[in-house]
Amino acid sequence: MKLKIVISRIIPYLLLILFTLPIIIGYVWILISTFSTRTYGLLPVDKDGKFGGFTLSNWSFLFEPEIWIVTFNTLILALGLTIGVVIVSMMAGYALSRIKFPGRKAFLSLTLILHAFPTVTLLIAIYFVLRWIALIPVLGRNIPIIGGFGYNTLGGVILVSIAIQLPLGIWLMKGFFDEVSWDMERAALIDGCSRFRTWWDVMLPQIKPGIAALSIFSFIQGWGSFIIPYTYMVNASRATVATYLNNLLSETAPTNYSMLASVGLFQLLPVLIFYIFTQKYLLSIFAGGVKGAA
Amino acid sequence: MKVNLMNLTKKFGPVTAVERINLDIKDGEFVAFLGPSGCGKTTTLLMVAGIYKPSEGDIFFDGQQVNNFPPKDRDIGMVFQSYALYPHMSVFQNLSYPLLLKKRPKDEMKIEAQRIADMMGIGGLLKRKPGQLSGGQQQRVALGRALIKKPKLLLFDEPLSNLDARLRISMRGEIKKLQKDLGITSIYVTHDQIEALTMADRIAVIKDGILQAYTDPENLHDRPNTLFIAEFIGNPPMNLFDVEIQSEGGKLFANPGDGLKLAIPDSRKPKKTVKGRVRMGIRPQNIHIDSKEGFDTRVFLVEPMGRDDLIVCKVGNTDVHFLVDPIMRLKMEDSIKLKFDMEKSQFFDTETELSLLWG
Repeated sequence: MKLKIVISRIIPYLLLILFTLPIIIGYVWILISTFSTRTYGLLPVDKDGKFGGFTLSNWSFLFEPEIWIVTFNTLILALGLTIGVVIVSMMAGYALSRIKFPGRKAFLSLTLILHAFPTVTLLIAIYFVLRWIALIPVLGRNIPIIGGFGYNTLGGVILVSIAIQLPLGIWLMKGFFDEVSWDMERAALIDGCSRFRTWWDVMLPQIKPGIAALSIFSFIQGWGSFIIPYTYMVNASRATVATYLNNLLSETAPTNYSMLASVGLFQLLPVLIFYIFTQKYLLSIFAGGVKGAA
Repeated sequence: MKVNLMNLTKKFGPVTAVERINLDIKDGEFVAFLGPSGCGKTTTLLMVAGIYKPSEGDIFFDGQQVNNFPPKDRDIGMVFQSYALYPHMSVFQNLSYPLLLKKRPKDEMKIEAQRIADMMGIGGLLKRKPGQLSGGQQQRVALGRALIKKPKLLLFDEPLSNLDARLRISMRGEIKKLQKDLGITSIYVTHDQIEALTMADRIAVIKDGILQAYTDPENLHDRPNTLFIAEFIGNPPMNLFDVEIQSEGGKLFANPGDGLKLAIPDSRKPKKTVKGRVRMGIRPQNIHIDSKEGFDTRVFLVEPMGRDDLIVCKVGNTDVHFLVDPIMRLKMEDSIKLKFDMEKSQFFDTETELSLLWG
């Protein structure tokens, strides 16, 4: 009897370990190889193939200005994406949850379809849109920091990323707003709020966990995004950390895998730290988001 | 403030939730909207509040049409069943929020919030968050928040339904006293007839979106004008029989079954001369045990209710409920003699369900 219980407890763990082991080994390899000349499996080796060869030289990229440019760009991209997605989703989610207007149902199903649409199929069409935006004076390519909203600007990449992230954000926010009681909103209206004040003063504080979760999710998405900046920024090595990484992989021959691992870890670190502190909010996406039925 | 509802109608798509309600509420009056859940009483209240727009008809406050006024311009306060406090604000912030929105000075907000809190008996809880309060305390905060801007009309949406039974009784008295002291015109929505009967000056009974009756509690209880009201008002509910009215020598008799013949007194003679089947109603408290004049029957069931025993007997195919003193120690199958107090009987048309006595 006791043995049975022990076995039934152990089996799930064994299965989990079995499936997560490859991923964990991957992380361990990255960590080891960033500090070694070469690796043989998980063993750090020197250039003669003997155990040892520890070095810090793989981190020398930190002293080049390029890495700091792309890090700054990535930060701007992630922040821009987060702010844009959160603001639009908070408003759209409220409207879709609370206000009856013609085309509401159609809009909801349309955003759901857009969410399912693979980004890659839109790349060429968006390219033309960005080229056209670039022709608009000032807005196109003359804004400080983000460059503008046209082709080959950071702003353009942010704009496209926001558009692709929005369906998820809107549905998520709608789900959270649906959970807030109507009575509270009515009380606010009777107490003397305008509709906007109700939204700002009374509704938004109730969905703080949802806003936090969407912010974190969007930030991480922006930080790691590759295909959009890679496509719409001409000089990929000066765009974001992800494209910089890709550049290392394709341009230097033979590829220095240890250095690649270092840059990868450099990109990963902020996300890992972020995850550790914010995972409880991220979990609420799955708790609150699933209830967002029309 | 006087409130008039004229032909007030609300439709949600093809469904009519409220149909052509007409009623007037006097200044300072306490009116209850009573009806089973889903009857349209809350919808009517929300139209008065300005949350819903009427599909047809008008709402007048002191003679002014307010159909298109937003809630904040209607000078009303509202208390909800779910309390609807703002969980992220302290009790003080909750209470003073209506004043904050009116851009009143900080000092006034502090003084007023303290005054209202003391009046509601929650003066020491101003720094707490709603989540740290009991249900009764939360309801007091909600009441205080509705009162703080000195509204001309107070709306209650089943405010006591989430409280436990004891607290409900004491809050009932408190709300009624508060309303009388402040003299604020009030509308109180409830499905609990005891709340309506004990608190309200007048009761509007609503069923399926239609106003059934609008009168004072005593009238509603003693002179129900429809079968629905007769069944709905009163606890335990009225006994109802299918009877045939027969005329013998200028006198009318009703026969509820088992060969019984009950003489109908002149005061209860149906207005319309009805021959054939009607519904007769008689309240449990108007049925007594009478060893001299009563008819024979047997106790079918005894339900002890503390102060009284609820006894169930059979007359014909109908269950008859009535109350006796527990001291009589009636048991199942006991033989008893029953007498109906026909001076208190009610008669209704079988088809229209309208009273044959009143209205």
